[in-house]
Amino acid sequence: MHKNKPKTLFDKVWDSHVVDTIDNGPQVLYIDKHLIHEVTSPQAFEELEQRKISIFRPNQIIATADHNVATINQHLPIKDDLSRQQIDQLTENCTKNNIELYGLGHKYQGIVHVIAPELGITQPGMTIVCGDSHTSTHGAFGAIAFGIGTSQVAQVFASQCLLINKPKSLRVNVNGELNKNVSPKDVILYIISKIGTNSGTGYFCEYAGNVFAEMSMEGRMTVCNMSIEMGARGGMIAPDQTTFDYIKDRKFAPIGQKWLDGVAHWKTLPTDQDAVFDKEYHFDASDISPMITFGTNPGMGIKITEKIPAQNDNSFLKSLKYMGFSANENLIGTPINYVFIGSCTNARIEDFRIVASYIKGKQKAINVNALIVPGSQLVAKQIQDEQLSEIFENAGFQIRQPGCSACLAMNDDKIPANEYCVSTSNRNFEGRQGQGARTLLTSPLVAATVAIAGKIIDLETI
Amino acid sequence: MEKFLKLQSTAVPLSSENIDTDQIIPARFLKVTNKIGFGNNLFRDWRFDKNNNPIEDFVLNNKHYQGKILVAGDNFGCGSSREHAAWAITDYGFKVIVSSYFADIFKENALNNGLLTLQVSPEFLKNIFDEIAKNNHAKFIVDLQNQTIEMEDTNLKTHFEIDAYKKVCLINGYDDIDFLISKKEKIEAFEMQNNFNQ
Repeated sequence: MHKNKPKTLFDKVWDSHVVDTIDNGPQVLYIDKHLIHEVTSPQAFEELEQRKISIFRPNQIIATADHNVATINQHLPIKDDLSRQQIDQLTENCTKNNIELYGLGHKYQGIVHVIAPELGITQPGMTIVCGDSHTSTHGAFGAIAFGIGTSQVAQVFASQCLLINKPKSLRVNVNGELNKNVSPKDVILYIISKIGTNSGTGYFCEYAGNVFAEMSMEGRMTVCNMSIEMGARGGMIAPDQTTFDYIKDRKFAPIGQKWLDGVAHWKTLPTDQDAVFDKEYHFDASDISPMITFGTNPGMGIKITEKIPAQNDNSFLKSLKYMGFSANENLIGTPINYVFIGSCTNARIEDFRIVASYIKGKQKAINVNALIVPGSQLVAKQIQDEQLSEIFENAGFQIRQPGCSACLAMNDDKIPANEYCVSTSNRNFEGRQGQGARTLLTSPLVAATVAIAGKIIDLETI
Repeated sequence: MEKFLKLQSTAVPLSSENIDTDQIIPARFLKVTNKIGFGNNLFRDWRFDKNNNPIEDFVLNNKHYQGKILVAGDNFGCGSSREHAAWAITDYGFKVIVSSYFADIFKENALNNGLLTLQVSPEFLKNIFDEIAKNNHAKFIVDLQNQTIEMEDTNLKTHFEIDAYKKVCLINGYDDIDFLISKKEKIEAFEMQNNFNQ
């Protein structure tokens, strides 16, 4: 028997899920878990209903309500008619089709990319899709996870498969020792600022190196979450003991012999030593500092202490104009009135622990409106149990109920026009957090320092 | 899905780069549960001010530029996976988008709605923008069968690439659901073999 060609983590998971291959065309890829939410699923249910097609594998679908939900008074009926109808439609569709729904009021409700990992639904070696581009988050477990459109949601409903071309492979290596106050969010914002928002297009990314190996699962999720912001369909990190320890004993984690078999299989998944990637980048961890974005795409990031660069192209100038900044400006000292700590990028318990440990005994600045939005009911409960809630309240922060909230401002959590918001979310696009709102993306720690100071500060001074 | 064979039309130039799907259709319009009427809110916050008055210098409000082809800057459709972006563009009346680069999810969404994402080289894209600036009445001919785009009365013509399977789908108006359902036996056999259907 000849030696098999060395494979990447991505190859191993992808190849084991290929049902069929069309000559010169896409492959039929089997999907293990399909996550759905209220915004991108209704038209897919309608499509199947019109064509009289039944849902093929309802027990492999998990639903929650997150994008559109209010973050206050979730026990009361939703005031906005359209929002209520959309949530009601999800409930009706799930009931009719026997799909498990963690809807409003359920103890497991929350942002889809927070709940699936914390319930142990997300496991290494799986294929996971959801009608949401931040599905890449689940790649932190060594799963192939990516966002799909509503037509593709309908495809998976109908067949538990997707017709898709295999992406090319990309590896981003970060080795060395991280500086003080540098968090996983800074690592990914740094990577995107260096390689740009489209260098991952057409690729699936693997993050490798000691920096990721030493990261917590929460940190790995933050990194993989933002893979789509460099254009990559998804990002993965090799499963290891940190991964197994995180999954063990969670609600849907395998138990007994199945657990042992699972771990044995997961240990075979990491990329083979001689595997070749289509594209590769290397970064030195010590070059990374706390980051902030100054423009209207996530690639427009700098070290907090750096000046905004000067570039003479129209898109760049348009972006600076929208943000109210100029080239060569230093952001330190810029007054900030809104701070949002939440989203599928940074609303896990570890994020709130970091924020709480910094603001403990401090008061938010008078001008600041600081919002804490837990990623799930379980995270909200943990915030209470660990008494972080007292710290937040004493510091003058508002604690809200779980949902996507001001990350995309579909509900009432909107930032007013022309206001700056320092946000732990993933996108600083024009109007993302409300019409005319200006978003600056940062880590939870940086967001906490801004909430206390009322302006952007150099973390060296804290 | 509507069939796509050949199109002859003038084009609308929108040279901004990295146009994300939040600009194409802002999140506040995603609350409806059908696919109808998204065209009214296409590029909403670039097209209308906060009092809902048209913003004059935005290209869709410029009567000079009409047509079923949108020519857009590099990396079109990045960001959110919302298919509502493709629905908004087709509902508005565009049949083809020309750019030098498309984001992956947007491209799949567009093709699944019969909207052709036509990728050309950055140089060719620049030439198109220059020619439209000179003559806004110029017509383009997009021929899917032969995979070419050309501008009438100029020597601008190029070949474009498209996945062979997707080309067949567009020309015949097929979508992927029927194809996948035809594979059900294979899918079930795969599940059995791999113990996947837990």
